[in-house]
Amino acid sequence: MEALLAVLGIPLAGGAVLGVIGHRDRASEVNVGFSFATFVAAAVLTAQIIADGPILVLQQQFFVDSLNVFLVTLTAFVAFTTALFARPYMRIERDHGKMTPPRMRLFHSMYQMFTFTMLLALLTNNMGMLWVAMEAATLTTVLLVGVYRTPASLEAAWKYFILCGVGIAQALFGTILLYLAAERVIGAEGNGLLWTNLDAVKTSLEPTVMALAFVFLLIGYGTKVGLAPLHNWLPDAHAEGPTPISAVLSGLLLNVALYAILRCKILTDGALGTRFAGDLMIGFGLLSVVLAAFFLSRQRDVKRMFAYSSIEHMGLITFAFGMGGQIAAFAGLLHMTVHSLIKSAIFFTVGHAAQKAGTQVMDNIRGLIRSNPTVGWGLMLGTLAILGMPPFGVFASEFLILTTAMRDFPWATPLLLLSLGVAFASVLGKVQPMVFGETTVKPLAHPPALIPVFTHLALALMFGLYIPPYLDNWYQQAARLIAGGT
Amino acid sequence: MSALVSQLINLFAAVLLVLSFALLTQRRVLSLIQLFTLQGATLVMSTTVMAYFTAQPHLFYSAALTFVLKVVMMPWLLHRLIVRLNVRWDVETLINIPTTMLLGIVLVIFAFNLALPISELSVSIARGTLGIALACVLLSFLMMITRTKAIPQVIGFLAMENALFFAATSATYGMPMVVELGIALDVLVGMIILGVFMFQIREQFDSLDIRHLEKLKEE
Repeated sequence: MEALLAVLGIPLAGGAVLGVIGHRDRASEVNVGFSFATFVAAAVLTAQIIADGPILVLQQQFFVDSLNVFLVTLTAFVAFTTALFARPYMRIERDHGKMTPPRMRLFHSMYQMFTFTMLLALLTNNMGMLWVAMEAATLTTVLLVGVYRTPASLEAAWKYFILCGVGIAQALFGTILLYLAAERVIGAEGNGLLWTNLDAVKTSLEPTVMALAFVFLLIGYGTKVGLAPLHNWLPDAHAEGPTPISAVLSGLLLNVALYAILRCKILTDGALGTRFAGDLMIGFGLLSVVLAAFFLSRQRDVKRMFAYSSIEHMGLITFAFGMGGQIAAFAGLLHMTVHSLIKSAIFFTVGHAAQKAGTQVMDNIRGLIRSNPTVGWGLMLGTLAILGMPPFGVFASEFLILTTAMRDFPWATPLLLLSLGVAFASVLGKVQPMVFGETTVKPLAHPPALIPVFTHLALALMFGLYIPPYLDNWYQQAARLIAGGT
Repeated sequence: MSALVSQLINLFAAVLLVLSFALLTQRRVLSLIQLFTLQGATLVMSTTVMAYFTAQPHLFYSAALTFVLKVVMMPWLLHRLIVRLNVRWDVETLINIPTTMLLGIVLVIFAFNLALPISELSVSIARGTLGIALACVLLSFLMMITRTKAIPQVIGFLAMENALFFAATSATYGMPMVVELGIALDVLVGMIILGVFMFQIREQFDSLDIRHLEKLKEE
């Protein structure tokens, strides 16, 4: 309980404090400090949940079980490492004249608020608050995407706001329908939106209403996950915003939105007793994988390319959860973890590479390994990891997803393999000359923070080789929850 | 008694729908804001009627909240915005108003069909209005697609939020208070952020025409 309050309270306090002192020189360290404290609190919370099981506190408004506690830890961890990365990165941006003191204050304060909204979305038991937190997560990042005030960044931010705003409005309609279904069973006392209450009565929820509600919820939250054909905002927002924001958008926000869909799917499956929700997710997931893979080969901007790679991976995870069953759910959760670790690590290296070259156009970034071997190797290893090369964790989860697909949905397997192949060829073909060859890049004014990169990659490697028993147990529990005993 | 209430709510729903169509085809920025205010006022009245006859005290609070937010604050903010941006007398050229109207009618029919099975299940006295609420959502959607200026697009966005709120009060007896407060806060903050954006956009592009915002495309 205290740990839960700390997890939510620390970033909120951080947002307020940095809103006042965020323009000072030492603000980056304060930002790191708050993120670290949040991470410690999340770790304590996790330890408690592992020891004592799920908790339901504060008039049932907050609920922590094995499914969300693992995402809470992941979110707090990546938020902490990204804050570490942002320290030198944003200083260099300031030296380049792209950030002014008021913008630095906005960045630091909103970074903490963004962490807060994501943690709130994960921890709340109220489906309405989940919506509020998801919308608030959009609001906190939209100003950051447009923080450079260039025409391109303003356009990206406007697009992000309008598309995600419209998308998430659909999710609100879905939530209203969910409440309509709940009111008939639970009554109008205002507890009808609590997930635990809904879960308890899910078999008696009206199937027609729930089916329609799920469609709206999937479209709404799916826009935030970046599922095709609702993905248009994603590459722009990733490419035009500051790199730490790209890292947290890709690594964390997409996961949280997918988590919202998972919670809704558990309810819908219970109410309908059919594969309706799963089939919809398979459709959207597969379309995202195929579409993103073919867009990958046409990218010239490095951050845009990795944004498309995020769409591809989120599609794959959605597909995995759509297939249902415990193995697929396990693979989906594992993939969520390794994807967010590796993708944020890639954005860290890409950010520094783009700063060195002074451009994000891949043709103009050459020979990273000569001028700064750690950035070069980080990018190369990260790329290999995200493309699913063994022994990294992505290989393990993709292998599980593909074998399950072969058994249950054989028709989908060739499409998946083809897309993964196309993605492999196009991404590796573009990253390779960036890393090797004659150098065109300059050294940086501040030493880049590369500890986060290699920590993330090492963790992803660990997930590929060996999952510790308590983590394994934890994934199994969460997978059982999602699969719903089928 | 409940027949009268039903009739009243249905009347308000019909007014909302007509206002949505009016928003869709109105070309003057100032009139758009007035229509939006009227929509908010209708929403307040329908919520108050619902609150009074169903004796749901929290609906009174949400009616008050709607009044403050959507009849007073939002229009005031929008007014300030158009005065400061000096687009008060702007008239937008809309092409194909008849086509847009026809498309709107198709959307209304679609919404009614979609909501039909659900309306029959609802226990609320105003259950017939879910279809209208969904139709208003889709019409606001259409408005956002057809507009090329930033302010009408934002008004479309806010009108969509109005329609969603109407769906919440008509199909159910309103969302739980904590959720409603959260939604209100989000919308207000969103509105302020959009206002900030408009100044930045105009500074960069010398215009609020969002057709300028089409540079980021796939080659």
